[in-house]
Amino acid sequence: MASIKEQFEIPGKLKTWAYALIGIGGVALLYGMFTQGFSTDEHEQVHFWGTLMYNTIFWTLVTNAAMFFLCFSTMAQAAWMQSFRRIAEAISTLVPIFGAITFAVLIYVVVSEKHHIYHWLDAAAVAKDPILKGKAGFLNPTFFIIWTTLAIGLWSYFGYRMRQISREADENPMDHATAHSFNIRSMTGSGFFLVWFGLTVASTIPWLWLMSIDAHWYSTMYSWYTFASSFVAGMALIALWVIYVKNKGYLELTNSEHLHDIAKFMFAFSIFWTYLWFSQYMLIWYANIPEETVYFKHRVQGAYKPIFFLNLVVNFLAPLLILMKRSAKRNFTLVAFMAVLILFGHWIDFYQMVMGSLMKDHVTLGWLDFGILGFFVGVLILMVARSLASKPLIAKNHPFLKESIIHQV
Amino acid sequence: MAQKKFVVGCFDDEKVLFPAVKQVRAAGYKIKDVYTPFPVHGLDHALGMRETSLHTAGFIYGITGTTTAISCISWIFTKDWPLNIGGKPHFALPAWIPIIFELTVLFAAVGMVMTFMWLCQMAPGVKKHHFHKKATDDLFVMVIECTDKTNAEDLTSLLSSKGAVETDIQIAEEGWWFGTYDTENDNLYNNVAH
Repeated sequence: MASIKEQFEIPGKLKTWAYALIGIGGVALLYGMFTQGFSTDEHEQVHFWGTLMYNTIFWTLVTNAAMFFLCFSTMAQAAWMQSFRRIAEAISTLVPIFGAITFAVLIYVVVSEKHHIYHWLDAAAVAKDPILKGKAGFLNPTFFIIWTTLAIGLWSYFGYRMRQISREADENPMDHATAHSFNIRSMTGSGFFLVWFGLTVASTIPWLWLMSIDAHWYSTMYSWYTFASSFVAGMALIALWVIYVKNKGYLELTNSEHLHDIAKFMFAFSIFWTYLWFSQYMLIWYANIPEETVYFKHRVQGAYKPIFFLNLVVNFLAPLLILMKRSAKRNFTLVAFMAVLILFGHWIDFYQMVMGSLMKDHVTLGWLDFGILGFFVGVLILMVARSLASKPLIAKNHPFLKESIIHQV
Repeated sequence: MAQKKFVVGCFDDEKVLFPAVKQVRAAGYKIKDVYTPFPVHGLDHALGMRETSLHTAGFIYGITGTTTAISCISWIFTKDWPLNIGGKPHFALPAWIPIIFELTVLFAAVGMVMTFMWLCQMAPGVKKHHFHKKATDDLFVMVIECTDKTNAEDLTSLLSSKGAVETDIQIAEEGWWFGTYDTENDNLYNNVAH
């Protein structure tokens, strides 16, 4: 494997773009923070902190999905993703960074008692509200802070452990016994991550961070819906980076066979997302109970109607029809386009999940949303590129690497 | 029901089979098929077979299922027998989605299985000629259909020289016909030892 380029060098153009996005986005973020976030008008406060919240939660969960992908693949002893695993690892290094931002924002919102965002923070209102009183064991500031700290901390730690284990495959060739113990330790490490992922992303964290915005309302589909949304966006992000890095002349061992399988995930989980979207919607529509329909009332019939249905077109119809064909899943240009579309679609999905509840009367999508988005994308580009450049692009002594090289769909 | 002449070459190793396939094709013969005991990766490409259209057929069956479900259920609930169910509109699309989905899957699945069986010429109660019984055990059986120009002896010796462990010239029925293997004399189970 003498011809393999192992060392990624960050292209100058990418850096320029990243710094430009961070600069412009950072200005928008700070301007928004001082004019709206710290303004005395509660409406403006809710607008700013809500916008920042859905962006930072979205990007934390999406980057965390990259580690989730690595862990469940490791658990299944899958080999096909070994040729580009460093891309997913590099994306997952963003979890501590975006996690820290999420942590700061959420703790600020809870500590400063922004009860227009989280209604359950209003102690006086909870005291005379039987529904909120019933939920108080779960929805209270102490538990929120502890669980948020644990969630972000352990995602970061278990992810870090997985990346450390993966680095062992860089050094010396492994004999059979070493490879066996390496395999067992990888699987154990991913086991820890997966269990914690199940207890957080697939259940409690979306309830705490997002669903509790509508403090009275609940849906048993909500967490899986959020998970599906972030996971499919995570796969799209991996696809985008794989295509970009390959276009720059690296990743010689990754080809359209691997792309085909990544695109299958994008396709399959777009449909999975729709399945959850529909399961949540139909049961509420069918039962037609006011305390449940309140969530959909202003989304389906109010100001958010265009976004709500755009969401379905971008995240379901487009992937379904465009990614269905085998040749489409093997086409780098088309998959790159679909990856951008899916990422945008699920960002919009998170937008309507949060802002649809905070700003019921009008759609707030504007400079602040795109500014903050630009900031996060800039940080993402810069840090993923740095992480890629800091270690070999291929885990060349990984026991499963050969299986990945000859992978055929 | 057409009897045709075939040249059959049997190989016992994939590593011999692949170069042989390549050279037989290069010599200008058209290989009808290679019967193998298990799926062999890349053999379809080596044989120069085109990509299957089965999934296109599946898509069409699926769309047919969707259309059938939508037209049927909307006619029943809005025209033929409108019912007031919990005050819902007669045209209650969300409630129909599961049925539309199920019918799409049913049509696509059943249609594709039947098409697959038609293409592979296999079904319960029909019979096909087996060029070599051991194609289900441990031999890769390459079959070339003879045309008027084919010199069967030349081809046989070509196959032997490329590593075929057994060669054969057979006049056989090309398609499928009604019958079962266990009721006929020339059946799979009696002859498996040879």
